[in-house]
Amino acid sequence: MVALQQQQEGVPSGTEKTTHFGFQTISESKKADKVAEVFSSVASSYDRMNDVLSAGIHRLWKDHFVRSLNPGRRPGGSPMSILDVAGGTGDIAFRMLDHATRINHDTETRITCADINADMLREGERRSLVDTPYGGTDRISFLVQDAETLDAIPDNSVDLYTISFGIRNVTNIPAALRSAHRVLKPGGVFACLEFSKVRPAMLDAIYQRYSFSVIPMLGQLVAGDRDSYQYLVESIKMFPSQEQFAKMVEDAGFMLPGKGFEELTFGVASVWKGVKPLH
Amino acid sequence: MPAGCGAVMMLWVGVLCFLFVGKSETAAENAEDETPRYVEIVGGGRHVMSPPAPPPPRRPFSVLSRPPPSYPGHIPINSFEKTFLAFTSLLGSFLNPRRGDLIALAGETTSTPYFLPRLLRTMQSHPTGRAILRHRPEITPTSIPPVATLLTYPPTTLGYTYAKWLETHHLSPFTRPPVRYVPTSELAYVLLRYRQSHDFYHAITGLPAIREGEVPLKLFEFMNLGLPMTGLAAASYATLKKAERERVWDIYFPWAIKAGLECEGLINVWWERELESDVGGLRARLGLVIPPDMRALRKAQKRREREKDKEMGDAIKVDTAPVPAPTSTTP
Repeated sequence: MVALQQQQEGVPSGTEKTTHFGFQTISESKKADKVAEVFSSVASSYDRMNDVLSAGIHRLWKDHFVRSLNPGRRPGGSPMSILDVAGGTGDIAFRMLDHATRINHDTETRITCADINADMLREGERRSLVDTPYGGTDRISFLVQDAETLDAIPDNSVDLYTISFGIRNVTNIPAALRSAHRVLKPGGVFACLEFSKVRPAMLDAIYQRYSFSVIPMLGQLVAGDRDSYQYLVESIKMFPSQEQFAKMVEDAGFMLPGKGFEELTFGVASVWKGVKPLH
Repeated sequence: MPAGCGAVMMLWVGVLCFLFVGKSETAAENAEDETPRYVEIVGGGRHVMSPPAPPPPRRPFSVLSRPPPSYPGHIPINSFEKTFLAFTSLLGSFLNPRRGDLIALAGETTSTPYFLPRLLRTMQSHPTGRAILRHRPEITPTSIPPVATLLTYPPTTLGYTYAKWLETHHLSPFTRPPVRYVPTSELAYVLLRYRQSHDFYHAITGLPAIREGEVPLKLFEFMNLGLPMTGLAAASYATLKKAERERVWDIYFPWAIKAGLECEGLINVWWERELESDVGGLRARLGLVIPPDMRALRKAQKRREREKDKEMGDAIKVDTAPVPAPTSTTP
């Protein structure tokens, strides 16, 4: 319903730069607003929908992501400062703090949760107060930031930069990668968890049909909003493949360990990692 | 009434779907030979329409390459998706009747391929129905006067009755979602027309917008229009309270069946143009008999219950009055 009106606006004139919004082509200036609208409308039912759509597997992916990064002070080291971008509802941030506190016995590692959408951040803040012991402490803070610029984050200030299921919504991905490079300290780690291409072709055939048929229907039934979920599955399809995105990470100035990515669940999601070189 | 009653009703609905319900086009054509009840206002004369072209045959398609939409907002769905949406939306709307979007979805997915085209043919067989299909009026803030203006109309008009009904229930008539899953533009319009006119059906029959009022109205609509979602919605009878169930079973269901079958197809009424007509006259033209006032019956029942409670309260007080101490009269 919302997207129908959007289809009439945002249609580019001949000379404007265009980008994709799912399968639609729109002018670049409009994409950020349209993405913000999608996430405002899904904010409150976001986690319930994630559970329904991935049958709860998204929790396993996020747990693996955090565990493999092992946030927290190393023995003899100093506490980390972590930046989680597009992490509005706080899923990854809370996991990071829990891991640091419980596994590494580090109660000083701090995390900043940045998101372009204030509604998602509000949901995260509410959850930090209700469900976790970190709400209201200085261990977690919430900021409205655009991933492409990160203007409030100083250069070389962050030990670990994470972005989880957010980078496909960014209008200009190379700009976001360059900002990540700027804010990370030399030796800092860039980590991205995102949907990717399913590799075995048979499985991909089933996965595509599930995405384009079942997911929008569940969006209609559970959240009453088919169009936002249609956008989400289209944006997944438009995202580059594992190798292409690893190349983009490398082009932004990061060193890639090995191939640069690790596939999860046959490639439904992948984790890309890069390290900012010391010199 | 136990849940078995609900199952029996649904079975009965299923049988009736194919036998009796909805206004058949032959009945309407016979009525056309007599004095027409509606004078066609637009264009002056009576138009003779050629038989409508059959809808183009639908080819099976993959969800990865859906055919282009037939109208703005249209989402072509295949039969698996339609079945899935039909079952889940019926279940969801039964469990949570406040989800108007699920009720709308249930209507869209269960009305084709048979019932909605039949309703379309009913409209095409009636002069005002044809005019409505040609002009496709919609009930929007620009097509009808605002509620405040309608309330200034004489109290016997349809406009006043409608506005009063909306005001009593604090409802807006413009909250009906657009139709998206029906295959053709014309069928989508028919369903949209039904959806938008629903409040007029409430106003003209006098049934309130509470569960007890919606259930018999849905049965009335089923008898009058023949859409399966309305009949299945009447199965929500099972969720009513005991006193409500008794009233509905004894008074409102029999009314719904009789009045729905005898009344003219309400889908053929051009509501926007009848706002200034007399309600009683309109009902007479349609052959619509209205049921007893539900609000009055409910108030009377509540009053009786209050009085009974009061009586019981008094009786208890009398029984627990302190017993006077026995005077010593023993010899």
